[in-house]
Order: sequence, then C-alpha cells, then structure tokens
Amino acid sequence: MNKFIKNKISLSAAAFIAAVILAAAFAPFIVKYDPAAQELSQRLSAPSAKHLLGTDDLGRDVLSRMFYGARVSVSVGFVAALITVVIGSLIGLFAGYFGGAIDGVLMRFTDIMLCFPTFFLILLAVAFFEPNIYNVMIAIGITSWTGLARIVRAEVLTVREREFVLASQTLAVSGFRLFFVHILPNVISPIIVYSALAIGGAILTESGLSFLGLGVQPPMSSWGQILMQGKDYIYAAWWLSLFPGAAILLTVLSFNLIGESLRDILDPKEL
Amino acid sequence: MFTYIFKRLIYSIPIILGITVMTFAVMFFTPGNPADMVADFNIKVSAESKERLIKLYGLDKAWYEQYWNWLKRVVVLDFGNSFRDGKPASKKIAERLPATILLNVLSIILMLCISIPVGVYSAVKKYSLFDRVLTAIVFTCFSVPVFWAALMLMTVFGLWLGWLPISGLTSFEFGEFSFFEKILDLCRHLILPVFVSTLGSFAVMSRYVRSGMLDVLKQDYIKTAYSKGLSKRQVVFNHALKNALLPLITIIGLSIPGLIGGSFIIETIFSYPGMGRLGYEAIMARDYPVIMGIGVISAFLTLLGNIIADVLYASADPRIRYK
Repeated sequence: MNKFIKNKISLSAAAFIAAVILAAAFAPFIVKYDPAAQELSQRLSAPSAKHLLGTDDLGRDVLSRMFYGARVSVSVGFVAALITVVIGSLIGLFAGYFGGAIDGVLMRFTDIMLCFPTFFLILLAVAFFEPNIYNVMIAIGITSWTGLARIVRAEVLTVREREFVLASQTLAVSGFRLFFVHILPNVISPIIVYSALAIGGAILTESGLSFLGLGVQPPMSSWGQILMQGKDYIYAAWWLSLFPGAAILLTVLSFNLIGESLRDILDPKEL
Repeated sequence: MFTYIFKRLIYSIPIILGITVMTFAVMFFTPGNPADMVADFNIKVSAESKERLIKLYGLDKAWYEQYWNWLKRVVVLDFGNSFRDGKPASKKIAERLPATILLNVLSIILMLCISIPVGVYSAVKKYSLFDRVLTAIVFTCFSVPVFWAALMLMTVFGLWLGWLPISGLTSFEFGEFSFFEKILDLCRHLILPVFVSTLGSFAVMSRYVRSGMLDVLKQDYIKTAYSKGLSKRQVVFNHALKNALLPLITIIGLSIPGLIGGSFIIETIFSYPGMGRLGYEAIMARDYPVIMGIGVISAFLTLLGNIIADVLYASADPRIRYK
C-alpha cells in the first residue's frame, strides 16, 4: 500500500517535470502572446478567458511569460546541477581513491568552501561578473558541490578496498578506465540522488537571485523575475506573485520527491 | 578533553588561512578593482590621480604582497574603510552583527522546538497517516522559495490582517516605549523573519531527527529495554532520544552557513537591519572593504560554530574522545 502511494506520488512528480520541460521546449508553439508584447490598455488585468493568468504592469501576458520563464529556470537547474555533479564527483573520486596528500588538500579545500555561505559567494560572483544566465549557471554550479564531494569520497573509501579494484590494478587497467568504468558505477547511487536534489536547489537559488535583481536580465523572463516585478503590486495584482511562486514550488517539490524516491530505490539501507 | 580541543584548534589554523586566501582571491580575480570604483564614477578624477589611487591602495604590487598587507590588517580586524561613507568596515559590520546573530539563534531554537517533536513522532509512528502528512509538509517547506513565503506572509499578516509589522526591527516610536513595550515591539518585528528563516532548515532537521530515531530504534539495546518490560514512552524518551539527538549537534553546526546565506535574502525583504542586508547593499555598491569583511567574518563564525559543535559532541559522546 505504502509503496503504491509512494510510486503514485513520484509518478506524478515525474509527469509534472515532463510537462514543465515540454512547456519550456515548445513555448513558442504553445503560447498565444509574445511574452515581450506590451498591451498597456490591458495592464494588471485579472485572470480571464483572454489572459488565463492575467497580465503584468506592462500589460504582458503572464502565462506566456511563465512558459518562457520555464526555459530559464529549467535550463539553469539542469546545467548548474551538471556542473555541481561533475566537480563534486571528481573531487570525491580523486580524494577517496588517492588518499594521502591529495585527499588532505582536496578535503581541506572542501572544508574551507563549506565555511562560506554559498548564497553569499553566488551573489558576489554574479554581481561582479555581469548578471546573465550563463554566469548564474556557473556561479551556482561551482559553489554547490561540497556536500557531494564528501559523500562520494566516503563511498570511494570503502569501494577501493574491494577485491575487484585490486584485480583491475593487477591487470594494469588504465587509471581512466579504473575510475570511470570500475569505481564510478559503484558509487553512482548517491550521485544520482544528489543530482535530483541539486536541480531543485539550483532552481530555488536562481529564483532567489532573480528576486534580488541579479538573475537573468530583462527582456528575458524567469519565474523569480516575474515574482520580483509582482511584489510591488502584491496588493492590487495577487496573480503576479501567486502563479510564478507556485510554479517554482511545484517544480522544486517534484525534483525533491524524485530524489527521495530514487534514494528509496537505489539505496534501500538509507531511510 | 583538553587535548581534543587543542587538536581541533590546531587543525583550524590552515582553514582560517584558507578562508582569508579564498576571500582575497575572490576579490582579486573579479573584474574591476577598488580604484576603478572610486575613479570611474567621478569625472573629476584624472588618469593621473587614478594612478596615485592605485599606488595608495597598493594595487600595483604583486598579489602575494597585497595579500600579506591585507592579512596583517585582517588579524586586527581592520578591513579598511567603507567606500560609501568612509566609516571603518569592521565598525559597520559590528553594528549589524548582533541583529543577525539574534535572528539566527532564534531560528535555530524555533527549528529545534518544531523539528525534534515532529521527527520523533514521525519515527515512532512510522508510515501512519500523521507521519505521511508531516512528511508532505516537510517536503513542501523544503521546496518553497523563502522570499515567496516571506512575501505571502507579509501580505496576509501585514497588509490584510494588519497583525504584524512587515519591516525593520523596531517601530518608529521605539525610543519612547517602556521596557516591556520595547520587548513586545521587538518580538512582533521578529516573528515573520524568524519564522521564514526557520522554514527550510526545520524541514531538513526533522528528516534527520526522524531517520536518526529510526536507526536507534532498531538497535539491540532498545530491544533489551522493551524486554525488561518498559513502556514504549519510557523506551523512546529515556533510552532512544538522547542517542538519536546526538548527531543533531553536528548538523546544527553545519547549518550555520545556510542560515547566514539565507539572511541575505530574508533581511533584504524585511528591511531587517542585519549583516545580510549590509552585505547585499555592499555587493550592489561594490563596497570592497565591507564585502571582504563580511566574507571573512561569516566564514569565521561558521568555523567557530563547527568547532563548538565538535567539542560539544565529544563531551556528549564518550566514544569520540579517543579517536
């Protein structure tokens, strides 16, 4: 019974994410209005048949802007998570496998990174190198890997003592092959779980940055940015704040739920 | 015990040095430098005086010389003067730091008050309806954008209902209030920011409590306790709880950077007079001395929190000491 409910939840989460990705990919074919088209006579109109989610302070259709915003949020989520996972896994693999001085240096570096509030570093990086979508992706990616590096290192420490590693070493398997064909698959579960959570986390961070005016810049729209514009009209136009916020919440929630069910499936010993 | 503390402190020295190197490197490698800041926004500054400015700030020296000079001043907490108003950066930060510490300490307390009962209860009643509902709430809290939650709560409690103030730490008339009115005023201003900054961390923490408790409940000594004929309540509260809560000490330590990072957004939304908002304003104005000061100080605070957590853990768990 429990398994079934859990599956149903993770299935709906996966379906929701698929819908968001499709909406983002095919945004130009779905939306009725150009997301940048201003119709000043229609400004701040409430949700209606004509504008399903209402219009913003410049008379732009909120639904169209949200479809285009999904492109930014989803791509920032995936690319930033990819950067995070590549850096975190590599540092964890090297530290765990080589041990000794390499491990010491890499882990001290991780400890130092862990002392800084991540959001502060991201804010700093994005503000100083021009706020745009690429810098946002890179800034989130290169600051969020510390947790994963520690997890992967701990896993590698146990895997490298196993006999198949010794066997590969005796057979003179190349370092590259040993890492990516023999060791990586054995530590892949936490990496996959972490990726799902990292995507959700990156979407949240991006929306926070946009909210502070440091995310993608107009005319490009992201969910956080629609929210930022909406906050000045929160009393007069609730739809400007409610819908993008709900979109962020549901998308991040879906990624987190998938992460959790992946953890259940891949790593039954963890709770 | 003292050997342990001593070792822990020795071990932190390279980390402290690393923190200063990192902060310096971030500032060194970002485009633009402090002299540009002063010179480019002022047409009266000639190229020649800009050269002099670069000399004055020591920006013409090699990076290691610059770092060494900067480090010598950081040791005595001198981060230089703010570019915006000329006040010492350390003084500006010191003015704002207590408000941020107050906010974060209150959040940690509130977080523990909610997450321990919630986590313990979901673990004891695993897979019950209550556990599932709580899990759903926890996941939602974990996924909600904090600034959006803040915005919604401000609208409902501040604008619609008018129950709570939506910005600042004190009211306008604060100076004229009596002592108790002052306390009440502070509390009313703190409710929303504390609640919002607790949202995300409470969710994570209650998951840790739940899984920690589930782990402990599987242990043999718990079976022994049951077989002695103790009631479930006695087993859970007298035998299991202490061990389940031990790892929390470390996790609280690790959650400090997240809390400080969160305060950059929360303090900005609530116009809360803390270090986070100062940091945000400094970043937007490229106020290098203040930014570097905040970077170093928040990293130090985190490190200090982690050291305290480790020492507390070692004194609470005798197994750690001999490692």
